[in-house]
Amino acid sequence: MSEAGSSHVDSSLAGELRRATGLNVAACYQCGKCSAGCPMATEMPLAPHQMLRLAQLDAWEKLLSDPSPWLCLTCETCTARCPNEVDPARLIDGLREIVFKRDPAAAPLRLRAFHQAFLHQIRSHGRVFEVGLIVGYKGRTGALFDDVLNAPAVLRRGKLALSPSNIEGREEVRRIFEACQRTAARKEARP
Amino acid sequence: MSRIGVLVCHCGENIGRTVDCAKVASALGELPGVAHAADYKYMCSDPGQLLIRQAIAEKKLDGVVVAACSPRMHEKTFRRACASAGMNAFLCEMANIREHCSWIHENREDATEKAIALARAIVEKVKRNQPLSPIRIPIERRALVIGGGIAGIQAALDIADGGREVVLVEKEPSIGGHMSQLSETFPTLDCSQCILTPRMVEAYQHPGIKLLAYSEVESVSGYIGNFEVKIRRKARSVDETRCNGCGECQKACPNKKIPSEFEQGLGKRTAIYVPFPQAVPNIPVIDRAHCAFFRGRAKGLKKDACSKCKEACGRQAVDFDQQDTFTTVKVGAVVVATGYQLYSIAKEQPNDKLKGYGEYGYGTIPDVIDGLQFERLASASGPTGGKILRPSDGKEPKKIVFLQCIGSRDPAKGIAYCSKVCCMYVAKHTMLYRHKVHDGQAYVFYMDVRAAGKGYEEFARRAVEEEGAIYLRGRVSKLERAGEAIKVYGFDTLSGQPLVIDADMVVLATAMRPQPGIEALAQKLSVSYDAHGFINEAHPKLRPVETNTAGVFVAGACQAPRDIPDSVAMASGTASKVLGLFSNEELERDPTVAVVDETGCAGCFHCERVCPYGAVERKEIKDRKGVLLKVVASVNKGVCQGCGTCQATCPSKNVELQGFTDEQMFAAISAL
Amino acid sequence: MKLGYFPGCSLHSTAKEFDLSLKAVAGPLGVELEEIRDWSCCGSSSAHATDHLLSVALAARNLSLAEEQGLSQVMAPCAACFSRLATARHELAHDEAQARLVRPMLARPFKNAVEVQNVVALLQGLAGRIKATAKPLTGLRVACYYGCLLVRPPAIARFDDPEDPTSMEQVVAATGATAVKWSRRLDCCGAGFSLSRVGSVVRLGRAILEDAKASGAQAVVVACPMCHSNLDLRQSAMEARGASLGLPILFLTQLVGLALELPPASLGFERHFVSAAGLLRAIAAPAALQLPAPRG
Repeated sequence: MSEAGSSHVDSSLAGELRRATGLNVAACYQCGKCSAGCPMATEMPLAPHQMLRLAQLDAWEKLLSDPSPWLCLTCETCTARCPNEVDPARLIDGLREIVFKRDPAAAPLRLRAFHQAFLHQIRSHGRVFEVGLIVGYKGRTGALFDDVLNAPAVLRRGKLALSPSNIEGREEVRRIFEACQRTAARKEARP
Repeated sequence: MSRIGVLVCHCGENIGRTVDCAKVASALGELPGVAHAADYKYMCSDPGQLLIRQAIAEKKLDGVVVAACSPRMHEKTFRRACASAGMNAFLCEMANIREHCSWIHENREDATEKAIALARAIVEKVKRNQPLSPIRIPIERRALVIGGGIAGIQAALDIADGGREVVLVEKEPSIGGHMSQLSETFPTLDCSQCILTPRMVEAYQHPGIKLLAYSEVESVSGYIGNFEVKIRRKARSVDETRCNGCGECQKACPNKKIPSEFEQGLGKRTAIYVPFPQAVPNIPVIDRAHCAFFRGRAKGLKKDACSKCKEACGRQAVDFDQQDTFTTVKVGAVVVATGYQLYSIAKEQPNDKLKGYGEYGYGTIPDVIDGLQFERLASASGPTGGKILRPSDGKEPKKIVFLQCIGSRDPAKGIAYCSKVCCMYVAKHTMLYRHKVHDGQAYVFYMDVRAAGKGYEEFARRAVEEEGAIYLRGRVSKLERAGEAIKVYGFDTLSGQPLVIDADMVVLATAMRPQPGIEALAQKLSVSYDAHGFINEAHPKLRPVETNTAGVFVAGACQAPRDIPDSVAMASGTASKVLGLFSNEELERDPTVAVVDETGCAGCFHCERVCPYGAVERKEIKDRKGVLLKVVASVNKGVCQGCGTCQATCPSKNVELQGFTDEQMFAAISAL
Repeated sequence: MKLGYFPGCSLHSTAKEFDLSLKAVAGPLGVELEEIRDWSCCGSSSAHATDHLLSVALAARNLSLAEEQGLSQVMAPCAACFSRLATARHELAHDEAQARLVRPMLARPFKNAVEVQNVVALLQGLAGRIKATAKPLTGLRVACYYGCLLVRPPAIARFDDPEDPTSMEQVVAATGATAVKWSRRLDCCGAGFSLSRVGSVVRLGRAILEDAKASGAQAVVVACPMCHSNLDLRQSAMEARGASLGLPILFLTQLVGLALELPPASLGFERHFVSAAGLLRAIAAPAALQLPAPRG
């Protein structure tokens, strides 16, 4: 599926992944070592090697609607052990990237909400302001926090700032976000 | 005026589709000195060759150019055709208009012009060709076989049975190789030593085979038909002529705790030892690094620290003062059959291209063993008498997990290739385990099951269908010590579920690699080897038992991972090559060798320095009174491979390749 | 020695004790920390999860700030920050196309000449000095927990053996404490799922801590704020599900600080959820230290 020297653009999922990550998903020979060592495998409907298999088979619909790529912790255990140096962690990063750009609603609610709240914090302040993050997250999920998080206890230990501190270079950070958005839009328009 | 015949081949569509062969023929026919020009569909076919012979006869040709494929394909074919028509074979040459033209260009016009140019160049060269005769050199009709495993033994027996002498060199104290360590062999479950030891004895007793065990090749010089090999006979510290193999010395030796190499570290041996009871020759060796006597001597002790073996020996065969000796043999052919070693998962690796398996504990977890160690456990003559027991505590394991592809098919660890035999011996291991431990359960983690030999697939299926082995498709992520057990973290990709097994023992099917020191040996023989150290064959499809060095052949696992039947077949293949080589009293070689013009040679010896084969010698030119006039270069026709490096290097242009002189080459280039 | 210091978002808030203890030990060990002026998010967590280019660009901003400040080396105590900065450094050095995209996004020229280091590597290099200055914490048994991003992915972290690291154990040995042998040292704690998928964090953390405890550890030593939070703040949730733990989680810098006899209050101990009070008392009165026999 090489694109070098030919005018044909590979529009398959494998081709898209190669453009996003520089990696060749065909290198995966389905040995399962990644899945065997994945800490989230018991919670994922699709284990890492199965995600890569579906990518090889160009199964867009199945993969992109599945929560499994979002359950990846990027612990990099798979990448460290993969015998064929496929870099599954990076490929799964790539899958998430593709989904988030095409249709953020496809990501599981709480994870999507977390990511959007987190990114909003960075874009606005340059750093994460935890209370703002929590409020944003709660707002997006409309669900209560896990009851294990004891906000007063956290506050008492001085682990939460009550007001955000904006960095001086906020503008620069905002421009970085915008530039990345524009780059993504250009890639999208030129499939 | 020359009378050259030009034949242009279509090669079916290969050339004909891109090059206008008729046009090439007609263009060449216009050249001065070309007496005949034609084109034909398949020059290499019988009718094609007939065309050549007819043209030579009818047109009285004194040279032939066949514009077709690469000379590597059919130069011999066309030269034979010319010779049969009475023309000197070396007046026939090929112009490559296929690999160098039609196969690499698309535009018909341009390709045709290029084909004409290429053929024209060769025509101009052939106009200046001289008739040449093959060179004849004498052959020493004795073979050297390096390596006394099953492949080396087979090669030696076949060559000796064919009536030629063999020198068989083996670096270990006994021949037999790894096959002697195996318990039973697939797919028949024959007892390995039972089928091997008769061969070992036959090799030892064969009048045509001189066995030099506990010896190594020290240096090699010479060329095909005329090698001179210096062999180091390592000192056993035992006089072979006196020892009768009674074994009393070993009984007497006080140091009984040395890990035995033959038992792969699972058993012990003494300092004076024979590696296994059926060793051939059955003569012990003293391991000087562990022997109390020699350690005492090394420390400078005045009194001998121990000499119990010497005292126990009834034939005064123990000789502490024995030294390594050297012997030189002249042979005409060499067979390399040095076999394999297993990859280890340890942190320390023999080179920086290989990595160990940290995820499996780097070999520090007890009861994680490799395939050869399992063979020793299963072997009736092994350290546990054939019982499968955990090395750590001697308990019988009820759950054994076998892992395939350890090192193999793992580019991250430095080995991309498949070791071919492991799927089969793991299936065998599960069966041996089941036969010995009826309530034991074997689990095999695999990626594929490669069972391509005769009866192999049926054998592998038997392990699953009849002997109850559970095969799980998936590579294991991690091995962990968990109390007395080993936790195995795997995944069955076929059913799609992760699983964790608490194993009592884990057996790793580790990759096959060539023996240590193979690079040094290959360099002594001037044979090439690949990045892993495997000896390179001359052609992977059509010349599997030859190397690119004339006279050196290769058999068995030192060329690539391979099982016993293939090693034996390959060994017999080398024997047939050797016997074929020895079937003539003299060896015929291509005359395209370098020749020095002694009148012009200034004796600078740049050619000697650059010759990759060591073919340039020094020759003294004396006058009639014996006074030395000068020393000139002289090319040994038997060694020269015709590479032309000397010709390119000589500052005074006094050495040239026959058939490729400067005059010929410049004529060809000018014609392009 | 002078080092650029990238604290990252968590060291100023949820992992304040890491920042405190790091600064406390820096002085005695002769390390001068210069915080990157106006640093911003390193690009880990959500940026990394959704937009690779964004994560690299955000990290690159901080590297460019360090360069502007004249620093040749930056140390990021948070393992995730370390990983993102090291990734940006590596990728921008090897991927011309990406470098061409990122450079214009930055508000200053950027040569990509800053080296990135993690806190364990720093302390490992100072092990000799620690040993010479420390009052040995003899008898204290700790489990060194590496987590993920200190050693993986191997091509980026390029630090220690990804399957059998020993750098933290070396630092622990320098403090005089004993590092226990245990299996879960490289298993993931649940990383960024602390808020969005707590159940996973509780499951993973529990397996880690139960193994540490069964191996005889009295405390677990970490070098990453996410790991600390997941193992410390969430420990009560693990116990609510039946685990019996009571394992204080220490930052490596806090352990070093104890060995250097710095007052625990200066090391941020009171901010932990799982109290280390028992441990601190035992260290203060070593004669009275009764150690449980290690199991397994």
